Amino acid sequence: MPTLTYRDALNQALREEMQRDTNVFLMGEEVGLYQGAYKVSRGLLEEFGPMRVVDTPIAELGFAGLGVGAAMAGLRPVIEFMTWNFAVLALDQIVNSAAKILYESGGQIPIPIVFRGPNGAALQLAAQHSQAWETWLAHIPGLKVVAPATPADAKGLLKSAIRDNNPVIVLEGEMLYNTKGEVPDGEYLVPIGKADVKRDGRDVTLLCHSKTVTTALKAAELLAGQEGVSAEVLDLRSLRPLDEAAILASLRKTNRAVVVEEGWPHCGIGAQVVDLIQRDAFDHLDAPVLRVTQADVPLPYNKQLERLAKPSPDKVVAAVRRVLYLD
Amino acid sequence: MTTATAPASKDGAQVELQRRMLRQMLLIRRFEEKAAESYALGKIGGFCHLYIGQEAVAVGSLAALRDDDYVISSYREHGQALARGIPATAVMAELFGKATGCSKGKGGSMHLFDASKRFMGGHGIVGGHIPLAAGLGFAIRYRGGDQVCLCFFGEAAVNIGAFHEALNMASVYKLPVIFCCENNHYGMGTAFDRVAAVTDVVEHACSYDMAAELVNGMDVSAVYEATQRAVRRARSGGHPTLLEVRTYRFMGHSMSDPLHGVYRTKEEVEEQKKRDPISHLVLALKEEGVLDDAALEALDQEARAVVEEAVKFAEASPDPDPSELGTHVLAD
Repeated sequence: MPTLTYRDALNQALREEMQRDTNVFLMGEEVGLYQGAYKVSRGLLEEFGPMRVVDTPIAELGFAGLGVGAAMAGLRPVIEFMTWNFAVLALDQIVNSAAKILYESGGQIPIPIVFRGPNGAALQLAAQHSQAWETWLAHIPGLKVVAPATPADAKGLLKSAIRDNNPVIVLEGEMLYNTKGEVPDGEYLVPIGKADVKRDGRDVTLLCHSKTVTTALKAAELLAGQEGVSAEVLDLRSLRPLDEAAILASLRKTNRAVVVEEGWPHCGIGAQVVDLIQRDAFDHLDAPVLRVTQADVPLPYNKQLERLAKPSPDKVVAAVRRVLYLD
Repeated sequence: MTTATAPASKDGAQVELQRRMLRQMLLIRRFEEKAAESYALGKIGGFCHLYIGQEAVAVGSLAALRDDDYVISSYREHGQALARGIPATAVMAELFGKATGCSKGKGGSMHLFDASKRFMGGHGIVGGHIPLAAGLGFAIRYRGGDQVCLCFFGEAAVNIGAFHEALNMASVYKLPVIFCCENNHYGMGTAFDRVAAVTDVVEHACSYDMAAELVNGMDVSAVYEATQRAVRRARSGGHPTLLEVRTYRFMGHSMSDPLHGVYRTKEEVEEQKKRDPISHLVLALKEEGVLDDAALEALDQEARAVVEEAVKFAEASPDPDPSELGTHVLAD
């Protein structure tokens, strides 16, 4: 199986879907001539031309809305945000138009659109450019939200998102674009709404998505070495719909859990996961479920402060020790 | 005699069009009066924005469209829905929140949809649908069609970013969109000139290198002709147009505010009512000798009957089944 970067896996997904369906087009800032701010769209302008790979003004609200309008007419737009931090300007179109038109039209007008781009902190980009938006987006009925962690999942989930008849939010990890992994050639679809066990374990479940899958895998490695603890790493992959069955199945096996996410703690994805676990797996729990999140502050620029604020393998190990009553 | 025959037949078509437009304007007027009455009786809930006074805008502009063109509007869209040909029964049932409504009772007054008429909604956030219109225009261009998209919005939307972003992109991408600004002078209770640095909306077209026209929105023929010119520009090469159609709403912003009071005087409203678009057209047709009182009365009775029937239909229709609560959140 070929090894690709996360970036090239996304590129492959876009290329294959654009070859497969002429209704699919890509639109966003710098997607064409510049080949993408993060080079995800490299080569697509040359292959598909300017009508299908469309450079836009810096007008997130405008081009997000344009995409929704095109979807109302039956096209399948893929709207790239240079980062999700800028997509906040387009939230009215995502929330009030894309997510609601099917419902308020009584089912007449589906909105098959993908909104995608990098999400979460990178390195020292400071507060406005270092935010994880999944909680905001996963809150909205009418949207689907996915957050792939590996190149293979990035390809498979983006292809599924493009074929879906609903608005799908694809949260890419800014720090993941250069990571490599095996990616199946050609037709490869990862179903939306299915979590994936990235590491099998018995003693505790680490629930994570996107970049924190890497954090959790490193923590699991440390735990296996230092403590002989067997941690299961469950990659949620989809945040809406959430794979509740997979979460509960893992919990029933390990009886302990730590949720790891890049977002802030208040009303986070972890809060939703904990709600599910206490409701449907209460009798299986041997310890309170803990969460490792970003610190509840705007992300600072200073390198040391930034590191303090982010989830890390050490913080996950510490949380696991607590749920196992090792301290 | 023979020389007079050809122009007479041309006039005949024109007269027929004008009579059709009068019929539609009367339907909207009577429909909205009945909507106000039904609102007062508690049959209609939520927000309800009436179109009385602005009928010539919807009727004149939509008369210039084909069936395969797209239409999209704001939340003051009952008139446009009716002029586009959505049955009065389905519109009234939607206002009543019934399962037989054009949005199955899930949208209400602000969210009227009929995909079969390419009526792409009623949208509730001021200016939020203007980029959607650009997208509908983009889809037309993408497929190489010669349809147009007609987008209605009020003058208050001109102050919002979405308007500017959409007009810019429509011009850059050469999208066949007609941006029809219904300038009724008030965004809710705020006069436009109190909050807009540029009060002639047409001037904004200069910023986007776009064709524009200022139109008397109380004259249905003027609206029709200006829209025809805009449609021609759009069909032949996808050039967008900004129309500023000056009109006036004779009712409050919604059912919850009075006709006049803190933000406009009774005298102003009375003065504006002298420009009533229906009276204007009636007078013109009478002067041309193609309409008399009996014919007018017949048209009006016909409109009242359609509205009565719509209310009866809405009253008799069932509420949506409780199982409908969770349908249409996601498509299959």
